[in-house]
Amino acid sequence: MTTTQAAQSAPTTVPAPVPAGRPTLPLTTRLAALTRSGLVQAVLTVAAVAWLVPTVGLLVSSLRPKQVAVTGGWWTAVTEPAQLTLQNYTALLGGGDVPKALWNTVLISVPATLLTVALAAGAGYAFAWMRFPGRDAVFLGVVGLLVVPVQVGLIPVAKLEGAVGVFGTIPGVVLFHVGYGLPFAVFLMRNHFLEIPAELLEAARMDGCGEWRTFRTLALPLAAPAVASLCIFQFLWVWNDMLVALIFAGNDSQPLTVYLQSQMRQFGSNMDILAPGAFLSLLVPVVVFLCFQRFFIQGAMAGSVK
Amino acid sequence: MSLRSPRSGRASGGALRRHRGLALLFVLPALLLLGALVVYPIGYSVARSLFDASGHRFVGLDNYGTAFTDHATLTAVRNNAIWVAVAPALVTAIGLVFAVLTEKIRWATAFKLLVFMPMAISFLAAGIIFRTVYDADPHRGVLNAAAVAVHDTFNDRPTYPGAHPRPSTGLDQAQDGDVTAPTSTRVVLLPLVGVQPGALPATARTAQEPAGGDGVSGTVFLDFVPGGGHPGRLDAGKKGLPGVTVQLRDGGRTVATTTTADDGTFRFGAAPSATTSVVMPAANFAAPYRGIDWLGPAFITPAVIGAYIWIWAGFAMVIIAGGLANLPRETIEAARIDGAGEWQILRRITVPQLAPVLGVVFITMVINVMKIFDLVYIIAPGPVQQDASVLALRLYLVSFGGGNDQGLGSALSVLLLLLVVPVMLLNVRRFRGSRA
Repeated sequence: MTTTQAAQSAPTTVPAPVPAGRPTLPLTTRLAALTRSGLVQAVLTVAAVAWLVPTVGLLVSSLRPKQVAVTGGWWTAVTEPAQLTLQNYTALLGGGDVPKALWNTVLISVPATLLTVALAAGAGYAFAWMRFPGRDAVFLGVVGLLVVPVQVGLIPVAKLEGAVGVFGTIPGVVLFHVGYGLPFAVFLMRNHFLEIPAELLEAARMDGCGEWRTFRTLALPLAAPAVASLCIFQFLWVWNDMLVALIFAGNDSQPLTVYLQSQMRQFGSNMDILAPGAFLSLLVPVVVFLCFQRFFIQGAMAGSVK
Repeated sequence: MSLRSPRSGRASGGALRRHRGLALLFVLPALLLLGALVVYPIGYSVARSLFDASGHRFVGLDNYGTAFTDHATLTAVRNNAIWVAVAPALVTAIGLVFAVLTEKIRWATAFKLLVFMPMAISFLAAGIIFRTVYDADPHRGVLNAAAVAVHDTFNDRPTYPGAHPRPSTGLDQAQDGDVTAPTSTRVVLLPLVGVQPGALPATARTAQEPAGGDGVSGTVFLDFVPGGGHPGRLDAGKKGLPGVTVQLRDGGRTVATTTTADDGTFRFGAAPSATTSVVMPAANFAAPYRGIDWLGPAFITPAVIGAYIWIWAGFAMVIIAGGLANLPRETIEAARIDGAGEWQILRRITVPQLAPVLGVVFITMVINVMKIFDLVYIIAPGPVQQDASVLALRLYLVSFGGGNDQGLGSALSVLLLLLVVPVMLLNVRRFRGSRA
């Protein structure tokens, strides 16, 4: 040990001087505070593990070959990492139904998101800044529609789409999602447009901007965070949907969720399909969530009026 | 938030009219879709619910009558009631605990991200995840694996599950599973059969005659040898059963306990009397603990609610944490200086101040829980689906999943809508109120 190190460590043996002006707490109080913070750490650590383990379990299960998976739980793979392989994923993505179902999921989610956001932005702007008869009453109606469960629409819309001829197709699924996404979307967009200072819009109109230009070049960019969080929410909502697609998608337009659901037999027999399939389906939402947490949380807060 | 937006009062009459036409262009597409896909279905469902399965015959309120008498639907209603009574309160409470506790740690952001993440994934993925978590087989389901590990730490594992005495060898097995040798002799033989293949430990050696002498001694052995042997006798080649718990009882009271050696022998020091007997307790032969049958009829609803909490607790936490951040800190500081404990502060100050936020989270969860479908549909295995059923699932099964009775299905959807109408009115009123 060098002398400098010795010199540095020496003061620690000396009792630390009490900082002037700060009263020392009795030992029992300090001990109690220490136990309390230890308890808080312990509780949250247990909770964190409980929240993490299920997903980790799915990931590990998805990486185990079928013949190994039947012999023991996924946690045994932690001690024998050599058993992990990507063969389930290559088998799933190598051809057949899964790539098609994945592609269908994209074909449904992207248009359903863009359409909902576009329509809601227009309507939200009109409800916020344009004058037309019955505006406030109609908007109250939209607020009322916020809580209508999608289940109410299943039978009637299926009949309606059957009559029009889009039932069982991708446009049919998209249409349903747009309809039931709109109340929340319009509500959210209107509230955000209202936050734009009136003077700003007045100024634009004075300068001769038409409503369309004011909307497109001024209001929409100012409401960009709201548009972003709406996009993320609607996209995830549609991407994650199973019920609507279960009824409205035909065999050729099945998204991944419906395909996986059809693969669920008595449990345990086909985890080599279910585990990697489920992990594929949650990969996109989790990546979106991690990249855009701020907007995601904003959207969730706005959604709590529902 | 104000409902009435400022308007440009200076627009001329002509501009205003043009304005109106333009406004129509902005709102009409959305309103048309809302009308056709959301408003019209409400009316259609109400009307359709008054007709029979074929949709041709008017049956009045019969479908509603069926909904309230049909056994499967009643189960669904009961389960919905359980969901509404339990899930929103639990989610809100756990969210509150997480929100309060994360204020005191450094890794709060990481914790919040972790707990909030399940919000992003689908009910299907969550369902598949929790099917593995809840798997009844402790070799596959992590929850039961943990339960068995904990259980076996505090309890002896049964050594010979399913073993029993060979009939007519003098031993009898009581209803409660104890095997008793009614004896007052010094030497007892305890022959057993039915030991599962592979259950015989590697340490087991050839069974030896009891040692004899003072006290009571005996041998527990596997009364089976390939190719014959005599029942109940210590023939050559029969193996002793090590690790069996043996008790010496006197008039029903246990006076001594011991465990058999590798050759199956055991020995008590106490002398036998007319009232003593040698007993192998039932625990030796019990089936091993296998955890809880989460996906069975009894536990399926709590199990699915558990998965629901996993998904939604993060949402509650984030909303409540937002409310917490906006609370005035002075009252809390004042209470702390006055010597209030953390628990008192939480109960007397934080929770009352947070009441509006907690209310919003709770109501959101109630609406959400009423239409719960996917999780139940995915997690409950086919045979148990009936026991776990909820209104929305019943609606799906009745109208699409083979039931094909869209009259009854419509009636159920109207019931579901009626359940959320109070919240609908609440929303509208809140809006009207904030306008003034």
